[in-house]
Amino acid sequence: MAQLKFILKNDWWKLLAILLVYYIVIAGMLIKVPRIAIVHESVRNQFFHVSMWFSMMILLTTSLIYSIKYLGKSKLKFDLIAEEFAYMGIVLGILGLTTGSIWARFTWGAWWVNDPKLNGAAIAMLVYLAYVILRNSIEDPVQRARIGAVYNIFAWSTLLPLLYILPRLTDSLHPGSGGNPGFNIYDLDNNLRLVFYPSIIGWTLLSVWIIQLRVRLGNIKTKIEEID
Amino acid sequence: MKKLILMFFSSLIPLILNAQQTTENTIDMADAMRASGKIYVVVAVLCVILTGIIIYLIKLDRKILRIEREVNTKIKK
Repeated sequence: MAQLKFILKNDWWKLLAILLVYYIVIAGMLIKVPRIAIVHESVRNQFFHVSMWFSMMILLTTSLIYSIKYLGKSKLKFDLIAEEFAYMGIVLGILGLTTGSIWARFTWGAWWVNDPKLNGAAIAMLVYLAYVILRNSIEDPVQRARIGAVYNIFAWSTLLPLLYILPRLTDSLHPGSGGNPGFNIYDLDNNLRLVFYPSIIGWTLLSVWIIQLRVRLGNIKTKIEEID
Repeated sequence: MKKLILMFFSSLIPLILNAQQTTENTIDMADAMRASGKIYVVVAVLCVILTGIIIYLIKLDRKILRIEREVNTKIKK
């Protein structure tokens, strides 16, 4: 009983994550979706592929906030949180790229097309992979945290033009690109919205759960180092 | 925990019933698959995989919690 209270008080958001993820999978497969030519049944990918990118954006922005916090307060625990948020964001980004590639093969006809949004996303992922390499190449934790935080700000600033500004300046196969932001036709469908918005929250919460586990492991590690 | 999951699944029943309705249109959708019930096979498989991953996460969470408590008691000593 006391354990249940503990869970409801501290970990309610993990229960919410579980419920939402089940909802995404079940409702995402069974709900009625609009009939769109070429896309057909694969419009359901919006609950998985598109929400990967939305969740990635939320995670990477949180990482940026913690990097700025670190630069202000110089506490290594902020750096740890920023690091883990960025890593999970990269994981979601890579998942977004691969799922997008599969979707592109069967709707646009090729695994990779020269779409500005695709190339932009690939470059953005490379910029963030450089963040991982940069961090791993510095031994001193304080120096690693400082340089990592500054680089994180730079990486996030390249993300916005690569994903949201440059694709809109030219024509893109992605809906909403080519000078017309938003989801236009999709956004009109309430059934899609019914699963799409919860799916962003669900995948984000599940990622935050994994991030929390890694942050706690990092904290245990520093505590053990202090004991020694 | 189990009750919560059961409650959640039972709340989804109306949604499943709704999904069985078919409409006439020229664009091909997996209507036949859904009418004959085969889509539920996919949903069941997805749910099993998801359940596995979530149980794994919960176990990992509790393991880390135990280690956290151990380290904290060591620090107090």
